Amino acid sequence: MTAELTSKTAAELAAAIASAEVSAVEVTQAHLDRIAAVDGQVHAFLHVAAGQALAAAQAVDARRAAGDALGPLAGVPVAVKDVFATADMPTTCGSHILDGWQPPYESTVTRRLRAAGAIPLGKTNMDEFAMGSSTENSAFGPSHNPWDLTRVPGGSSGGSSAAVAAFEAPLATGTDTGGSIRQPAAVCGIVGMKPTYGGSSRYGVVAFASSLDTPGPLARTVLDAALLHEAMSGHDPCDSTSIDAPVPPVVAAARQADVEGMRIGVVTELSGEGYEPGVLARFGEAVELLESLGAKIIEVSCPHFAYALPAYYLIAPSECSSNLARFDAMRYGLRAGDDGTRSAEEVMSITRGEGFGAEVKRRIILGTYALSSGYYDAYYGKAQQVRTLVIRDFDAAFGQADVLISPSTPSTAFKIGERADDPMAMYLADLCTIPSDLAGNAALSVPCGLAPENGLPVGLQIMAPVLADDRTYRVGAAVEAALHDRWGHPLLTEAPEL
Amino acid sequence: MTETLVSFDAAMERYEPVIGLETHVELGTASKMFCGCPASFGAEPNTQVCPVCLGLPGSLPVVNALAIESTIRIGLALNCTIASWCRFARKNYFYPDMPKNFQISQYDEPLCTNGWLDVTVHPEGAPPRKVRVEIERVHLEEDTGKTLHMGGATGRIHGADYSLVDYNRAGIPLVEIVTKPVTGTGPLAPLAARAYVAELRDMLRSLGVSDVRMEEGSLRCDVNTSIAPKGSPTWGTRTETKNVNSLRSVERAVRFEIERQAARLDSGERIVQETRHFHEDSGITTAGRSKEEAQDYRYFPEPDLVPLAPPADWVETLRAALPELPSARRARLQSEWSLSDLDMAALTNSGALDLVAETVAAGAPPAEARKWWLGELRQHANTEGIELTALPISPAQVARVTELVASGSLNDKLARQVLAGVLAGEGSPDDVVAARNLAIVSDDTALLAAIDDAIAASPEVAQKIRDGKTAAAGVLLGAVMKATRGQADAARVRELIFQRLQ
Amino acid sequence: MSITRDEVAHLARLARLSLADAELDHLAAQLDQIISAVARVQEVTAEDVPPTSHAVPLANVFRPDQVVPCLTAQEALAAAPAVEQQRFRVPRILAED
Repeated sequence: MTAELTSKTAAELAAAIASAEVSAVEVTQAHLDRIAAVDGQVHAFLHVAAGQALAAAQAVDARRAAGDALGPLAGVPVAVKDVFATADMPTTCGSHILDGWQPPYESTVTRRLRAAGAIPLGKTNMDEFAMGSSTENSAFGPSHNPWDLTRVPGGSSGGSSAAVAAFEAPLATGTDTGGSIRQPAAVCGIVGMKPTYGGSSRYGVVAFASSLDTPGPLARTVLDAALLHEAMSGHDPCDSTSIDAPVPPVVAAARQADVEGMRIGVVTELSGEGYEPGVLARFGEAVELLESLGAKIIEVSCPHFAYALPAYYLIAPSECSSNLARFDAMRYGLRAGDDGTRSAEEVMSITRGEGFGAEVKRRIILGTYALSSGYYDAYYGKAQQVRTLVIRDFDAAFGQADVLISPSTPSTAFKIGERADDPMAMYLADLCTIPSDLAGNAALSVPCGLAPENGLPVGLQIMAPVLADDRTYRVGAAVEAALHDRWGHPLLTEAPEL
Repeated sequence: MTETLVSFDAAMERYEPVIGLETHVELGTASKMFCGCPASFGAEPNTQVCPVCLGLPGSLPVVNALAIESTIRIGLALNCTIASWCRFARKNYFYPDMPKNFQISQYDEPLCTNGWLDVTVHPEGAPPRKVRVEIERVHLEEDTGKTLHMGGATGRIHGADYSLVDYNRAGIPLVEIVTKPVTGTGPLAPLAARAYVAELRDMLRSLGVSDVRMEEGSLRCDVNTSIAPKGSPTWGTRTETKNVNSLRSVERAVRFEIERQAARLDSGERIVQETRHFHEDSGITTAGRSKEEAQDYRYFPEPDLVPLAPPADWVETLRAALPELPSARRARLQSEWSLSDLDMAALTNSGALDLVAETVAAGAPPAEARKWWLGELRQHANTEGIELTALPISPAQVARVTELVASGSLNDKLARQVLAGVLAGEGSPDDVVAARNLAIVSDDTALLAAIDDAIAASPEVAQKIRDGKTAAAGVLLGAVMKATRGQADAARVRELIFQRLQ
Repeated sequence: MSITRDEVAHLARLARLSLADAELDHLAAQLDQIISAVARVQEVTAEDVPPTSHAVPLANVFRPDQVVPCLTAQEALAAAPAVEQQRFRVPRILAED
């Protein structure tokens, strides 16, 4: 029963619960059992809230029994990246400095999910403060890719991605700043979406890089991702950067799944040297597939994309160096070195030295450097100009094509430890995803096959203009359906048994 | 360390001062700058905080619309240009009273720029002088929490063992007003600084944007002072003096710094660019943090907030709705009341201007209103050691008294008694008149009765009057006044005496 | 060399990050490499290109001046490392503000 329930999609589960075919409690229990069975190997979760989840499930069942209308995700379990503030669960952001911190408030996104009847199962592992592409920067140990437990699940939303890929949850929330939803989704063989910046509220999302952070959905199917996207999104008066416009019709688009007549632009610069052959091969096939489905394929050049990575690695650290200054041992979190003789300044420094991991320290120092007087213009200032040029490249490209496509990330899942000591190599994982973070436009990653050389998942990235999120779902669903037809089964059924 | 000083006058013979003022105004909004916590004063510690003003991880700021409106109004009243587009910026530094370890402020894009405020300086024994203080910028930022330093002897940081932080004040909207350097005031520099702060305070009060109480910290001043030898083409090194908590302190701080800096320059030493702390009790400044190693605040545009672009028509609506500003009001009243510059200055300096204006508005003649407030009532206030505004009498009540005098019901002496009665809490002027029976007696029957008594008591005086020595009537008048406790209508008594005896 | 060990040490102090010597050495070497790489942005001539601080252009987002319920002191202080007199107790502060 467990295996049946945990292999269902969110849409299927919601329907089964609504029709009383199965209870929300059974569904939640099945997923809790699955977590108990496999999370020792996967380590997707930092915290499992079994009691609260079952209580929430009971509440859904009660509403159903009373004849109340249920939302599209009522009773569906969801894993929550540990970057979202949850009032009834710890929120660590994968960091020692927040170990055990219990926020006195709830993020808007999780509040909306709970109000919709979704069942938070617990908090998932992540690279510390969302900085990384593998979860190896988590203070609590890495998560493991369900396709090969010796490999990374990507990051920073690696725990969420692994949880969904391991059937521990049908849905998960993540955040994408440089690719942290799309890249882990790609290397785990699932769907991950970065909505238009401002499309879902950042209130209660612990900030890494404020002008880039975007909460978004992870799921095993495009429709499921759309359902979660809709439930998570919408204007929030508590977030000044949230967009005051209706959520694009992503669910309808996911059901439309048709690319006939669409102009699809292949970005020249997001390919070539540094990309694994398997990734390029599967990507090439996806392009052909889209053409066969009736899309018009064109080449577009976005020349400034070559500068997107360095610009990102100036803007994001700059903002994070400021955002993370609040972790100073004075009001919450770790306090170290307070032996009664030391000054506040010393205790702050010792705490931050002990509480932050190496990548976080690297970025804080890099950011402090880029913002310091004398260097601002040449680094941060310049990076913001590059950002304008990237936006212009997108504008020009979207003048020729309805969506743009590329591989989601240059490589398949690398081995745990392989890039841990080489920050620059780690940063390259974000090569394809960063431009959309800088420009704020919508971008989806859908599985497009397994790399022939190692049998590991490859993701196809589909980018659309700001507020045209639905276009990504339309194309993604078309690819998903066509590949499903071609393979005869969902990709994930090829993953090893855990 | 006691600083050597040069006398102010001697310093002003050789040096030319340049002053500048940075003023922080706590806006009187109901809620904080970036969240809905109450912005009121005096609550229990940490009871007016939320995730946003505590800077909790994941919290985000949202701008208070009224704070923007108030800041624009302040800028307009100061004749500033209002930015058509500007942003907030982060000012990054670590300090325990700052929950985020950055302050949301404005940096190179302030909301208001390039204005001015005209002030009048009243030097003792010299004609008043107008000084135009130019305004560099007006911008918005958030206030910090409050720290108590514990364990040390003085309650200040030095020698403290630890500190206790209350974040109720964190996030309250602060408007920062920065002047351009004020030159050419010479020996009037201390008075000019004081006059500027006083005029600014009155202007802010008239806008209704803050209760501007220096003692409570809703108006804070930092004074910058520098001096250079007369004729020097460049300015001297300036120091910044903080903890200037009253108008008098503004004046004293500038004066002291001039004397201190002159002494240093005279002895060949250079002025250290630093922040100094003003001491209320002794009137001196002492060195604080050295500003030579300037803080690198690493300003960058606040990514959690979006730009401000106040629509031009909204700004014009605000401009049109500005109240009459204090300087314009003073000019108008001076003209309406036909006062000389000197008289107007005296009135303004006494702090009674508003009281007089309200009394006039309640119907009193301006001269009468001035007479009572600057005379009898000021004496009472001085005796009690309180401000005129604190006297338990209202302008309407004073106007009533002048009305009673004008109608002949009271004379000056009686009016003084009525005022005293009101101040003593005996009720309204009419209540006091009735209770104490203070009305002028004009009833002929009563007066004649008293006159007859006086005649009977001094028959020889009466005879003199009959004989034509009218001056003797004064004796009888005095007797009648005494008998009526001064309440007789003196003119009528005289009439009746002559009627009776001639 | 794009950044020296001393500069890294200075930045660490600015950022209130206490680093062990070995850590500082390692970090400085990595940062040197990273900064050389990110300096690529300077290759782009962008004289009259305005910087973008917000990708999606919004302006004038406000809230009305209204009081909304806030945290209780207990909630505010719940995670505090040290509390005294209903305030956050912090070690002695060196720098005068």
